[in-house]
Amino acid sequence: MTDRFESHDVDVLVIGAGGAGLRAAIEASAQGARVGVVCKSLLGKAHTVMAEGGVAAALAHVDPRDSWKVHFKDTMLGGKMLNNWRMAQLHAQEAPDRVRELEHWGAVFDRTEDGRILQRNFGGHSSPRLAHVGDRTGLEMIRTLQDHGVHQGLEVYMECTVTKLLTQDRRVVGAFAYWRETGRFVTFRAKAVVLATGGVGKAYKITSNSWEYTGDGHALAMDAGAELIDMEFVQFHPTGMVWPPGVQGLLVTEAVRGEGGLLRNATGERFMERYDPKRMELSTRDMVARAIYTEVKEGRGSPHGGAFLDISHKPAEVVKKKLPSMYHQFMEFANIDITKGPMEVGPTVHYVMGGVRVDADTGAATVPGLFAAGESSGGMHGANRLGGNSLSDLLVFGRRAGAGAAAYAAKATAQAPLDPAQVAAAERELLAPFERSSGPDPYSVHRRLQDTMQSLVGIYRTEQDLKRGVEAIRQLRAETRTVRVEGSRAFNPGWHLARDLDNMLLVSEAIARCALQRKESRGAHARLDYPNLDPALGRVNSVAVREGDEVRVSQSPLPEMPEELRALVDAEPVAAKA
Amino acid sequence: MAEAVLHVYRGDAQGGGLKEYRVPLEEGMVVLDAIHHIQGHQAPDLAVRWNCKAAKCGSCSAEVNGRPKLMCKTRMDAYPAGEPIVVQPMKTFPIVKDLVTDVKWNYEVNKKIPPFTPKQNAEWRWKQEDIDRVQEFRKCIECFLCQDVCHVLRSHRRTDAFAGPRFLVRVAGLEMHPMDAGNRATFLKDEAGIGLCNITKCCTEVCPEDITITDNAIIPLKERVVDEHYDPLRKLFRLFAGKKEP
Repeated sequence: MTDRFESHDVDVLVIGAGGAGLRAAIEASAQGARVGVVCKSLLGKAHTVMAEGGVAAALAHVDPRDSWKVHFKDTMLGGKMLNNWRMAQLHAQEAPDRVRELEHWGAVFDRTEDGRILQRNFGGHSSPRLAHVGDRTGLEMIRTLQDHGVHQGLEVYMECTVTKLLTQDRRVVGAFAYWRETGRFVTFRAKAVVLATGGVGKAYKITSNSWEYTGDGHALAMDAGAELIDMEFVQFHPTGMVWPPGVQGLLVTEAVRGEGGLLRNATGERFMERYDPKRMELSTRDMVARAIYTEVKEGRGSPHGGAFLDISHKPAEVVKKKLPSMYHQFMEFANIDITKGPMEVGPTVHYVMGGVRVDADTGAATVPGLFAAGESSGGMHGANRLGGNSLSDLLVFGRRAGAGAAAYAAKATAQAPLDPAQVAAAERELLAPFERSSGPDPYSVHRRLQDTMQSLVGIYRTEQDLKRGVEAIRQLRAETRTVRVEGSRAFNPGWHLARDLDNMLLVSEAIARCALQRKESRGAHARLDYPNLDPALGRVNSVAVREGDEVRVSQSPLPEMPEELRALVDAEPVAAKA
Repeated sequence: MAEAVLHVYRGDAQGGGLKEYRVPLEEGMVVLDAIHHIQGHQAPDLAVRWNCKAAKCGSCSAEVNGRPKLMCKTRMDAYPAGEPIVVQPMKTFPIVKDLVTDVKWNYEVNKKIPPFTPKQNAEWRWKQEDIDRVQEFRKCIECFLCQDVCHVLRSHRRTDAFAGPRFLVRVAGLEMHPMDAGNRATFLKDEAGIGLCNITKCCTEVCPEDITITDNAIIPLKERVVDEHYDPLRKLFRLFAGKKEP
């Protein structure tokens, strides 16, 4: 019965075409695998394109004292020691090669005086470490990978949404998807599947994320029986636009602070002095986001409820050269010339540290045949990600997951047959919203989810709020089974959202339940009722799995870090880990 | 609260027309906000592409009051209050539905461009001023507005013979890259059809990234093609040097 649909056979199926997906696909293809890439948008529009500030790699071009060891230490301290040590190690060691490799594929980074790749400062990094192209580094990266990939013969399935992973005896053997343009269904048979679907910011009201960020990979993995870890850690980027309303949450790159931007409150005070006097504006994102939130809450906010971020003390031509898109963004959206006056900024949901539990070296998930990389995977960033460590993460672990998937696929002789019952169930689930004669529309359910996550599972959390949050999410999950969709199957965003909602809700429940379970404050997870670090909880990951309709959470011990790596981190005073 | 009136194209390959919608006007609102409001409250199946909402991804291209625009950076208050704002899909590409067009052709053209070819045994060092020009070309967000407005594609429908401004910009970025050893002169002449461009600069005018497409990319490439293929002295030199035609 599966031949009712268009079907494709590949060795490795990569879901997602951002930095991690493309790098995985390129690697798997280079290892000889036949690779298919499925993406929800057009090629080159994935979220990586919005990354601005740079890619962190200890090239030591600007500060010769920099090394992978310092990068490793910064990453672990930034993540409040909850990072998977092996991922942090591989990341720090391999990022420089991955950046140089991009350059050899045609990327054109900004230069130092002596003609090498220029690096800039970012929060939590001990040295200027971010290779960059003005404030459009992500665009440079995605275009380089895209062009390199298409010439390598990747099969790209654009505007195609995967809704189910298909399994055989718990092993992932394929995927069920629909074409956004026509609404027709398509199946993929694959020897291995790589998830590279990014995050889940669209579950929140104020976010820098696009419509695509609906936790698809997280949810697909859970459905297939895989474990997620550390889902309570949702990064609020300290600087999103707060005005005008249409662009609320839109990212203002950390590079503004990296290039010397200053944060002030309504009284003109550089308030970071009171929160992190040593690092000031270049403190980690969790610290700066909470500082701005607190300033606003205590009545020292800017007119539209944010803080002032000012770079106008730098020469106008420097600002325009190093931060061109910020200059245009504020000029066009807010009528503000950032070379002359301050911006107004406030926290915006930007990134999820938690994700699919993977083997550090291969990207293998806890279900055979399934791999994950980038934001959809967990462990690398611990409790808080440093700026710039995402683009390097995509390259390092995209490549590793691609290699891991190709090696796994090479062991299989042929694609496994798909289970007709699973395919039929996936089809029924997608068509159900058309068949209902009444029910809420998906946009209204989505708005209520966003309000719930923003107010109850936000930047500061309490037991009471989180319990109410879980309850509200459970109700919304029940309600999505009644949503009604109008119109045809041809390019119908309401229908697309109805399906994406399932993913957002499942992942939101995992976030809220993990947040409820972690009774301490660490990194991006701040509990008003448990304001301190609990050393015992610093030794465990949170785990979330799906059992039937339930999300079950538990804890599992952190992998033990080898002595020589521990020594690198322990040289640092304990306070810096708080 | 003030209200805006929009006339939005609804339809597909079989036909369609403008439909009127009214949305509450907010301060600083852009056309894409209005389209999202319509989707969220009046027409859930209204088809539109968008991603970043920050003029960085180039997804939300459309024609607003007849001009090619990114909807995410087109302010509602740029138009006279009270008058309807007309939003239509890009005309050059086949319509899929409502504001969504079929832009796959662009991706096929891109595949044909001879890729970046790094020089061997070279030192990867160069001055910032040596790459300022290349970086200008690499700002392109592939919104395809230049393709939409280009009359070779829009009026003369020469997708069979002309790559369009977007891909001439990409070729310029490769040809002027300090480490590229490739030569795309023959590609430009025979496959990209650069001769069809008669430099009316419409592409430059609509580029949301302010890339000086015609002057900085297309004209220097045209000169390169002329040098390679039509310069009699060079031709003679190549003949005697025994170098094969590019």
